[in-house]
Amino acid sequence: MTTTPTAGRTTAVAARATELSKIYGQGETRVVALDRVSVDFQAAEFTAIMGPSGSGKSTLMHCVAGLDTFSSGSVRIGETELGSLKDKQLTKLRRDKIGFIFQAFNLLPTLTALENITLPMDIAGRKPDKAWLDRVIEMVGLSGRLGHRPSQLSGGQQQRVAVARALASRPEIIFGDEPTGNLDSRSGAEVLGFLRNSVRELGQTVVMVTHDPVAAAYADRVIFLADGRIVDEMYGPTADSVLDLMKRFDAKGRTS
Amino acid sequence: MFRTALRNVLAHKARLLMTVLAVMLGVAFVSGTLVFTNTISDAYQKSSAKGFDQVDVAVRPEYQDSHGDQVGRTPELTRALLDQAARVPGAASATGVVTGFTAVADKNGKLVGGDWQSAGGNYWGTEDPRYPLVSGHAPHGKDEVLIDSATAKRAGYRVGDTVRLSVDGPVLTPTVSGIFTTDDGNVAAGGSLTLFDTATAQALFGKKGTYDEIDVRAAAGTSQTALKAELDKALPAKLVETTTGKRLADDQAKAISASMSSLKQGLLVFAGIALFVGTFIIANTFTMLVAQRTRELALLRAVGASRRQVTRSVLIEAFAVGAVAGVAGLAAGVGIGAGLRSLLGSFGASMPDGPLVISPGTVVTALAVGVLITMLAAWLPGRRAAKIPPVAAMSSVHAKATAKSLVLRNTLGSLFAAAGVAVVLAGTRMDADSGQGAMGVGAVLLIIGVFILTPLLSRPLIAAAAPVLRAFGVSGKLARQNSVRNPRRTAATASALMIGLTLITGMTVMAGSLQTSIDKMASAAIRADYVVSMANRGPLSPGVEKKLASADGVTASSPLRNGESRIDGETEFLTGVDGAAIGKLTDLKVTDGSFTVGGTRVVVDEDRAKDFGWKAGSRFTAHFEDGKAQRLTVAGVYEGNDMLNGILLDNKVLTPHLSDPADMQVMVKTADGADGAAKDRLEKALGSNPAIKVQDKQDISDEIAQTFTLMLNMVYGLLGMAVIVAVLGVVNTLAMSVFERAQEIGMLRAIGLDRRAVKRMVRLESLVISLFGGVLGIGLGVFFGWAAGELLGTKMPTYELVLPYGRMTVFLLLAGVVGVLAALWPARRAARLNMLTAIKAE
Repeated sequence: MTTTPTAGRTTAVAARATELSKIYGQGETRVVALDRVSVDFQAAEFTAIMGPSGSGKSTLMHCVAGLDTFSSGSVRIGETELGSLKDKQLTKLRRDKIGFIFQAFNLLPTLTALENITLPMDIAGRKPDKAWLDRVIEMVGLSGRLGHRPSQLSGGQQQRVAVARALASRPEIIFGDEPTGNLDSRSGAEVLGFLRNSVRELGQTVVMVTHDPVAAAYADRVIFLADGRIVDEMYGPTADSVLDLMKRFDAKGRTS
Repeated sequence: MFRTALRNVLAHKARLLMTVLAVMLGVAFVSGTLVFTNTISDAYQKSSAKGFDQVDVAVRPEYQDSHGDQVGRTPELTRALLDQAARVPGAASATGVVTGFTAVADKNGKLVGGDWQSAGGNYWGTEDPRYPLVSGHAPHGKDEVLIDSATAKRAGYRVGDTVRLSVDGPVLTPTVSGIFTTDDGNVAAGGSLTLFDTATAQALFGKKGTYDEIDVRAAAGTSQTALKAELDKALPAKLVETTTGKRLADDQAKAISASMSSLKQGLLVFAGIALFVGTFIIANTFTMLVAQRTRELALLRAVGASRRQVTRSVLIEAFAVGAVAGVAGLAAGVGIGAGLRSLLGSFGASMPDGPLVISPGTVVTALAVGVLITMLAAWLPGRRAAKIPPVAAMSSVHAKATAKSLVLRNTLGSLFAAAGVAVVLAGTRMDADSGQGAMGVGAVLLIIGVFILTPLLSRPLIAAAAPVLRAFGVSGKLARQNSVRNPRRTAATASALMIGLTLITGMTVMAGSLQTSIDKMASAAIRADYVVSMANRGPLSPGVEKKLASADGVTASSPLRNGESRIDGETEFLTGVDGAAIGKLTDLKVTDGSFTVGGTRVVVDEDRAKDFGWKAGSRFTAHFEDGKAQRLTVAGVYEGNDMLNGILLDNKVLTPHLSDPADMQVMVKTADGADGAAKDRLEKALGSNPAIKVQDKQDISDEIAQTFTLMLNMVYGLLGMAVIVAVLGVVNTLAMSVFERAQEIGMLRAIGLDRRAVKRMVRLESLVISLFGGVLGIGLGVFFGWAAGELLGTKMPTYELVLPYGRMTVFLLLAGVVGVLAALWPARRAARLNMLTAIKAE
């Protein structure tokens, strides 16, 4: 957390959820996925969201990232309140302020690596910032493979393209949904390293959902969800401390 | 295995919908055709059989062949012959039948029946059993007629009204003495029938004292064949032939079913085209389904299913789809058959009533066609499914669509296409008859070649559209890449559209060129301002020409009079003209001698000159129909055309030899040229006759154009079905693509592509595929149109290729519209995709 170079970042909070609830169904089939969750994601911080399946960790990320609607409460990205936005405005917000990294890479097979990286800018009809782009590409180590298509790249390389795509447009915040879920441990470690570096060196804000304690250990802060609520949080995690905490929850879950 | 297949069908209901629709449309076309033709054929046969109720044996003249210098003639059925027939043992009565053309005008002076369906006849005696009277009494003398009840109703005539009629020119204004009903097929089909008393009919139709036919009724207890035998004994066998009523009805039934079966075959060709287009969709669908189910199928193989079982499961699926589509198509076809009849009825083309005929053959054909077409088209995808190795079940990613090299395919396609082009080109150099076959073979080869080559062609052609697509930003770029992503699929989809457009364009090019050349032929050689003819192109009485010649403002006129002759032992038709006027009325190119007609000097066309070895100055002898001979001299040789050809000689020479002169046309030149007032004057001079057409060059052009427009519109309508099926194919491909690319679309939405841009992307892809098919189709169509024209051109000196650029642009736009319309639903679906489920989908 050395610098905050991105212009226009006036607050230390990149995203904030307040009393956020997400309820599916009605009556008997009513499921509370998020139960009045309040959380801040600090700018230039790497946050990991953990929790057992069904805890609501993905739902929380989707709601904060403007991919999903919520039932009550509020979500802010920077100064923008998401609840009042229409689909079109939400789309524009995602395009301009948010970057995404998915578990399944989700690259377009018809585009080259470089074209995939600049896709968000293409969509916005903006010219990429050349110097920034070069820096990002160099950081993820793709310089020699920009003309390749996704099918000619390994899984790790594909996810590096995805990381570069998320970084290239300098979003206010990057969300990752199990970004290492489909990677072997070495490629996973590489990708996590890039994400951490982007926070440390570029001042990027990253929020990542994961179930892997080793991945969570790369973050500055881990928040734990269970049954749609935040049950704990931890700064400066290590794989062991995260695992310990998870074991405790697991035990609690079994006894209750 | 069977259960798995059926479950698959049910699970993919939505994805199979377009396929079912496509097959259904084709089957509906087939069964609609069968139901419709069977129904009207049945109705016509029933109504025509009734028409022979009153005839036990018909006596008709036996045409005498021409021989030597004798022009062949038709013996006359005289009153004496009729009396003789009536006296034969076993005969109850004999009726003389006289028929001819009779136009009836409605109260506004318009023709009631069609040009070709206005008939006249005689009412025999005071009570003719053929025509039961509804009201009034039998006609008597030349001022009374009967009209049929349908015509009376349509034109609003009642007994006692005066009607305007024309038989061969002059207008008659008799009184309606009665109204009758009839089962006459012509009347049932919307024509009119007017009856005169026998003497009047004979006089009007130029058959004084004779009959066209004598119908003999048998006395009770005498069979038709017995009566026929008696008549054969009594009547001169050389001059007449006898036929039983039953035989006449059978012959007519045969003729009706023959004409119906050619209509049926014509329609089935178009149904076949629609079905053929449908096979592309079926094959595409099953290829995609197999690709999507790779893992599932591999799993089946892994747990022990044999290759054959896998193929069979795909085929069972196809069978189910085909059966459903067949049943639905049959139902729709019955609806079309019934609807078509009432539709034609509402256009005024009345048809005899009858029950809707749905024969077992129709049902079997419809179902068989649906099932067989579907299974046949699914055969290859089924084979491909069987080749999926069991290990594919274990791999985590979707097996990619086999990116098998297109090298073999392209080589094969090039060979086919090249052979096709070569054969077509060779065909254009052959004479018309053998060229036709070559051209057909070449066309099929070329189309197959282009089918095979479409994947190859898709890349450069779609790349050519890139600059335009770039204007649409990232949507355009993605659309272009998506459309070449699976060249085989794009090709199959575009090919389906290509077939329809190839045929439509080819027909349009040919029709346009033909129309222009016929138009030129008809008008180029004519200097006359007006051409006067009967509505049915029947003969005009010579009185018409006399009236025209003396009308105000007419400076020159000439009839084209029919004459038959024998020259050098061959029958030759002569055209009698006004020698003094013909030069002013025509502008025929003279290749030898001079264009002089008068006295014994005649002009002949090039064909005649060649056949007989004549040139300017040659002399020959013509034997006329009255048996007399005349020595004639060839003054000149001219270039003939459809309207004017053969030997032209002066009427002063020809007419004295004719017993019953009749003109095909009268050409008229007026002082004022062709303007509305002159035309009105001519029409007035003829007594505002409903049966006679006064046409200037423009009218003739319009009439020719109308014929072609009608034909083209019918072809467009029939090929429209193939285009609709192709549209379903585009919808199908897009829907499948959207389904397959759900994850991608979800990602694009997540990283900021809004709904509109997603829709635009799908729409542009659709547009690209459709325009690709359109360009190929129009290109091929122009080539075929040109080639067919080259062949026809050998027969028509005025033929020239006319490229209908306007129409071609319309077709291209149509392809674009097809693209946009086809994308409506898939684009909506793509835009509505739930991002989260789409991203997670694996």
